[in-house]
Amino acid sequence: MDIASVLLGGCAAGMVLFIVSVGLSVTMGLMGFVNLAHGGFAMLGGYTMVLAMKHAGLGFGAALALAFVAVAALAVVLERTLYARLYGAGELDQVLFTIGLVFIMIPAITLAVGPETQTVPLPGWMRGETDLGFLRYRTYSLVVIAVGVLLVLALWLGFERTRFGARIRAAVDNRRMAASLGVDVGRLFTVTFGIGSGLAAVGGGLGAEILGLDPNYALRYLAYFLIVVAVGGLGRIVGVFYAALLIGVLDFLLKIHFPKGGTMFIYALTLVLLLVRPQGLFGKRGA
Amino acid sequence: MSALAAAVQAFARRHRLRGWEALPWLAALGAFFVFPNHLSFGTQLLVTILFALSLDLVLGYAGIVTLGHAAFFGAGAYTVAMLAAHAGWNEPLSGLVAAAAVAAAIGFLSGAVLLRTHGLALLMLTLCTMALLEQAANMAAVWTGGYDGIPGLKFQPILGLFDFDVLYFRSQYLYVLAVLFLCFAFVRMLVYSAFGQSLTGVRENVVRMHAVGAPVRARLLVAYTLSAALAGVAGGLFTQATGFVNLAVLGLERSAGVLIVLILGGFGRLYGAFVGAVVYLLLEHQLAKIYPTAWQLGIGVLLVLVALYARNGILGLADTLGQRLEARRRR
Repeated sequence: MDIASVLLGGCAAGMVLFIVSVGLSVTMGLMGFVNLAHGGFAMLGGYTMVLAMKHAGLGFGAALALAFVAVAALAVVLERTLYARLYGAGELDQVLFTIGLVFIMIPAITLAVGPETQTVPLPGWMRGETDLGFLRYRTYSLVVIAVGVLLVLALWLGFERTRFGARIRAAVDNRRMAASLGVDVGRLFTVTFGIGSGLAAVGGGLGAEILGLDPNYALRYLAYFLIVVAVGGLGRIVGVFYAALLIGVLDFLLKIHFPKGGTMFIYALTLVLLLVRPQGLFGKRGA
Repeated sequence: MSALAAAVQAFARRHRLRGWEALPWLAALGAFFVFPNHLSFGTQLLVTILFALSLDLVLGYAGIVTLGHAAFFGAGAYTVAMLAAHAGWNEPLSGLVAAAAVAAAIGFLSGAVLLRTHGLALLMLTLCTMALLEQAANMAAVWTGGYDGIPGLKFQPILGLFDFDVLYFRSQYLYVLAVLFLCFAFVRMLVYSAFGQSLTGVRENVVRMHAVGAPVRARLLVAYTLSAALAGVAGGLFTQATGFVNLAVLGLERSAGVLIVLILGGFGRLYGAFVGAVVYLLLEHQLAKIYPTAWQLGIGVLLVLVALYARNGILGLADTLGQRLEARRRR
């Protein structure tokens, strides 16, 4: 495999990792809430999209949008009714609660849909390969990369150039200071949690063809999402982006060359990196 | 007779033993006679209790949140299995000592570098250490059997007297119970000692512990190493009792499972490991029988309810209820 196709395949996987993990990074940075159910929201998004396409006859884009809206709404409801009760609790109670949620989601999906791996019924123009001039590549991976780039740009603009983004950045850096300057951190968190979970759903839907989609998705990729957040830095959109691309490309490359122990290098790299920079590549020291 | 009673009382007072602390041990012994056909499950339960107890030392007392404790359980399990399969070393007690030594060495070496960090970084570093060991065990298939593991291991009689009972697990049950009792006595002594108090100090306020001149890093490293050794013993017992080992002893699921068991029971109180393991494993066992496809659902609901309504686990809930009853009686 030549270098361009490895880079493209890795970028597609990295984009999926980014779209799923970015919400986790921001919510953990904001509230310090360890949300292990984040992978579960991504999984629910994937299933929403697949079921909407198969049974309701929705198009690819419409189903993806539905996944975002449905999961974001569910996340906001859960946040207001359940998550909010645990902000004052210790992080271990939060771990217990979110793992409990995952344990509910996995059998719920197994009972409702079945344990088998789901495939996305891609529209005709996304199947096959596209000629890029210098090489032919899987069209769907190119679509994922394109959607990923658009989302990154939108998120970056929203985060760096709007008042709402400025409030989030302020609250991540110093929650109490932001609150005393009049930022309603609680409401900010609810909105961010909804958007972040919705994005996870989009990532789950877009990535279903790349990562595979079955009920154990919620736990299988949790370590990867957490690694991306830890390497990128808490509450750092740009950091999470670079970390996701780095890990996506490396993982793709190493799995081709060392099919047996490829993931070992990712863990080893993360280990070394976090020992040198415990706050992640782009995190603030002491955060 | 009264001299003996006085000696027992003095011993109990010195070690702050309370009467109810005999209950779990009496229950475990009683279960041996009441459920002779379920001792395989009982043995698994006791191993889980020991594993959760080792986690309680670092998590509950030293406040180190780890997602990689299965690294030490797995190290112990593979040490015993590999010694038996490749070196013909199948004497059980010395096997446990070897398991503890290997796990402690890994705990010491990894702890020496990991414990400088905290929070998310520490969580991920412990996870990565475990994942590396898991991948190493997967790749060194010549020694570890790779994905399939090493089945059909045989061990010498315990103390040269009691044969391993492959059918009813009678001798395994009592053997694991005895080892658990010794390990528990050690952990209990440790947490009530000055060393244990300083660990609690680190958990509650690390800045102040630095200020009073306590060697924080060294204390944490000792606790981490001892806990790793105990987890290694639990892993060694697992291999000896079941006669096999595979990659499942090293995975994230085992790490997360033991974490759930401990938090569910209540961390930082020694007996949380007992309550959590009994509730979790019994529920899992029963639900898997009734709903083989959806047993996780019941456990998930329980975890969410406990997290929402019982701070600090089931024993925490018992504390709260006890205090309310006490308050009502005074009124």
